Amino acid sequence: MATQTATSIIRVQNVSKVFGSKKKQALAMRRSGRSKAETEEKIKTTVAVMDAEFDVYKGETFVLIGLSGSGKSTLLRCLNGLIKPSEGSVLLENENIGRLDRRRLQQIRRNKIGMVFQNVGLLPNRNVLDNIMFGLEVKGVEKSVREKKAKDALEMVRLNGQAYKRVDELSGGMKQRVGLARALASDQEILLMDEPFSALDPLIRREMQKLFLDIQGEVQKTVIFVTHDLDEALMLGHRAAVMKDGEIVQFGTSEDILGDPANDYVEQLVQGVDYSKIRTAKSAMKPLKAIAYQNESPQVVLRRMKANHLPAIFVMKRDGTLSGLIQLPQVTNLAEKRRQDLSAITPNPCHRVGMETPLREILPLYSDQPVPVAVVDKDHRLKGEITPVSLINSLTKEIQDYERKKSDLTEAVQE
Amino acid sequence: MTTPDKLIPSIPLSSWANAFVDWLTANFSGLFNIINDVFEGFVGLLHWLLASPSPLIVVVLISLIAWWLAGWRVSLFTCFGLLLIISLRLWDSAMLTLALVLASTLISLIFGIPLGILTYRFHKVRVVIKPILDIMQTMPAFVYLIPAVLIFGLGNVTALLATFIFAMPPAVRLTYLGLTHVPQATLEAAEAFGATEWQKLFKVQLPLALPMIMSGVNQVIMLSLSMVVIASMVGAGGLGAEVLRSISMLDVGLGFVAGISVVIIAIILDRVTIYSTRKKKIISK
Repeated sequence: MATQTATSIIRVQNVSKVFGSKKKQALAMRRSGRSKAETEEKIKTTVAVMDAEFDVYKGETFVLIGLSGSGKSTLLRCLNGLIKPSEGSVLLENENIGRLDRRRLQQIRRNKIGMVFQNVGLLPNRNVLDNIMFGLEVKGVEKSVREKKAKDALEMVRLNGQAYKRVDELSGGMKQRVGLARALASDQEILLMDEPFSALDPLIRREMQKLFLDIQGEVQKTVIFVTHDLDEALMLGHRAAVMKDGEIVQFGTSEDILGDPANDYVEQLVQGVDYSKIRTAKSAMKPLKAIAYQNESPQVVLRRMKANHLPAIFVMKRDGTLSGLIQLPQVTNLAEKRRQDLSAITPNPCHRVGMETPLREILPLYSDQPVPVAVVDKDHRLKGEITPVSLINSLTKEIQDYERKKSDLTEAVQE
Repeated sequence: MTTPDKLIPSIPLSSWANAFVDWLTANFSGLFNIINDVFEGFVGLLHWLLASPSPLIVVVLISLIAWWLAGWRVSLFTCFGLLLIISLRLWDSAMLTLALVLASTLISLIFGIPLGILTYRFHKVRVVIKPILDIMQTMPAFVYLIPAVLIFGLGNVTALLATFIFAMPPAVRLTYLGLTHVPQATLEAAEAFGATEWQKLFKVQLPLALPMIMSGVNQVIMLSLSMVVIASMVGAGGLGAEVLRSISMLDVGLGFVAGISVVIIAIILDRVTIYSTRKKKIISK
């Protein structure tokens, strides 16, 4: 429904949260442009969140992205009153969360806003099903009803058959499923998710993200999702806010942020997700078409280079380790002088990288001369080469992946 | 006279203490009589329950309880231990001691656990209660036994009071400790689902603190038992009285068998309380 998508369900207005004394002074310092670290050092007061402002619309997944210490979890906790803002207001359908009395706040948490935590917070003395029932139990739901709802939630997170297991028998991923089921069973329309998958290993995290998307497609909740992983934000969220040192530094759809980073920080975050960390030399390396040995005759090498259209060739020492790179003119010169082997010239030194070197560190190596970079193992044996072309191919593959993801996302939004 | 005595005036703390006890006995005798009757009745009831049926029936019942709470090994030991006490002809004394220990443990827990919760919840209570607990555990028992005798007279109630003062602190301390060890994340989750303070206490904090509270219960029982001889000096019966009699008559044999009986009861109570928490863990698996 078109009208529903435009309804703001949570409105965050000028929310700031200061931990420590001298709250006003600390905020004033931050607003006058001093850094968070400087404020902390000067007056021992932490401005965790500063002047945050955004709306969350019904049915969307809104993501708060930022590195640790950026204030994203604190801001999230302001939304259900676990933390009271020092300034500003959080409006949930025109009710100011920060001003409510304890009873009303409890009602809202029971019926309107659920939450999933990074460290789950399950009760070790209860089995899986009893943990999932906790929210309903607190609400005072009748036992038969809460058992039915808990079992439904258990099925949703694909944990059928695990109902009576002890919680400490479960793996990290399974625990997080129970945490998710606990929130689903209570069936609040808003779900706060505080880095729910960050502590899981990458494969399980992927699986959980997919599971979450499936479930979200089914239940259509309004989700506010906190993460430090832009990949995750991109996959799960419709719109996102990037936080740094308590401030929202960029705001928009995930595509906006990735396509046009507002500043160095966002850029760093963006790059931190893409090729720099994940893609290594191994992924851009290609096998060598031809190599030369120091004791080979220049004529033979020359023919080999011409046959393979090589402007330069790697030269190996007799023991098989890499010596360096020789350019075509040098070899031609030797051949004309009718030398017996290549030892008459010292090969030009070339850049060598290990298999696990991130691609970002390789890029600048081409700035002085566009020759191939040698990929060697720890014994200096040549494993392959990276040319500017193979590097670009590897990176564009990354971009193609992203483009595909983006179009998937737009489709999902349009649906 | 030496100089410090001239400089620092003497505080008549001892006469104040005397006056205070006099004032208590003069003005609150009615209240003390009620307390006396209630406690006396309570110990009497427990003793009657343990000692009036045929000893063999009691042995079977206690062994069954031990089995249910702590498994068959403890149950077996309980059975043989109690039979040994019967053959030592100390059954009635042992049951009175058991009644006194159970009574003082129960009273200690009734006061100690809520006090532990209050200590956890309110910083002010914590500041006040800590030195009081230290005093209770370190003040020589005879210091408060004398006024207690003046107020309640010689007998089980004074013994109960002395035992309570000595044995109650671990109940407070370990309840407090157990509550502080409940993970913050779990509490936050409960809060985020709209749990009230009471729901948090009964559904999260106390269940998670239970193992620690149970080791507090164990401590209380052990400390109560260690007070039986001192308690007998203010008129409590039971195995402590047997030990006291053996000392006054220099009867080494009587002292030995009475001592052995105390040890048997101690081991039974210790194992039952310790294994009952462990077994619970296994069951909930």
